[in-house]
Amino acid sequence: MTTVEENLDGDVAGRPARLVSGPGMLLVWFYGVMVVGAVSRSVYQIATEFDRAPLAYSLSALAGLVYGFITYSLVRGGERARKAAQVCCAAELAGVLIVGTWTLVEPSAFPDATVWSDYGMGYVFIPVLLPISALYWLRKNRAVKP
Amino acid sequence: MLDALTLVTGVAALLLAAWCGWAAYRDQPTKDWHFIGMAVVSFLAVVQLVVGIVQLARGEQPEQGTAIFVAYLIGAFACVPAAGFMSLTERTRWGSVTVAAGGVVLAVLEVRLYDIWGG
Repeated sequence: MTTVEENLDGDVAGRPARLVSGPGMLLVWFYGVMVVGAVSRSVYQIATEFDRAPLAYSLSALAGLVYGFITYSLVRGGERARKAAQVCCAAELAGVLIVGTWTLVEPSAFPDATVWSDYGMGYVFIPVLLPISALYWLRKNRAVKP
Repeated sequence: MLDALTLVTGVAALLLAAWCGWAAYRDQPTKDWHFIGMAVVSFLAVVQLVVGIVQLARGEQPEQGTAIFVAYLIGAFACVPAAGFMSLTERTRWGSVTVAAGGVVLAVLEVRLYDIWGG
């Protein structure tokens, strides 16, 4: 990594700030699990029965992409990745709240469940708990302004 | 055969989770004994993968579809080793918490496997 990139990453010590130390490792694990869960589920459903619930399956695929990007950002580390992950976690939280409410108000729009249905109840509410804890963790790890 | 194996693997996964959770509670990283425990649970998952494939090869059909069944078998197989490697790079209590979470995830996968096979 060049010096310019280090500066862009806003890191003091010369290396990008690690986001996967301590509790961050647990976050990466859960995000990894959600990536596998959401991506494999949506790939299978889109490949075999897309016409049954196109909206639900597309949303699951989108959720999988967001999870993938957050996992990558956490592992990569550095201030820029931290900010990007923060934006995605906020989007993820908004997504799970909107889709969760949507599935409760208008169940007919969803013939089949998405990852975010009923606020992620099918996944032990991990989809709604993860972004909250991740946002807290990312906020705690922001670079100290000089 | 598969049902018994699913039960044993699920219980072993929960025991592993409790053990590593205990280590985390005592502020300890995963140690050699924990890795032996992970190896035992992973071995059970490998046996399950093999038995599952053999049963498919003999022409038995999972209730909810072969593709989903195989995907869950592979997920169950990869679950604990992945958490174990992560705990190798995180030599604090949080590595232990990660393995504990891995055990819980595997137990959930076992319940799903049982449903998918149609127990």
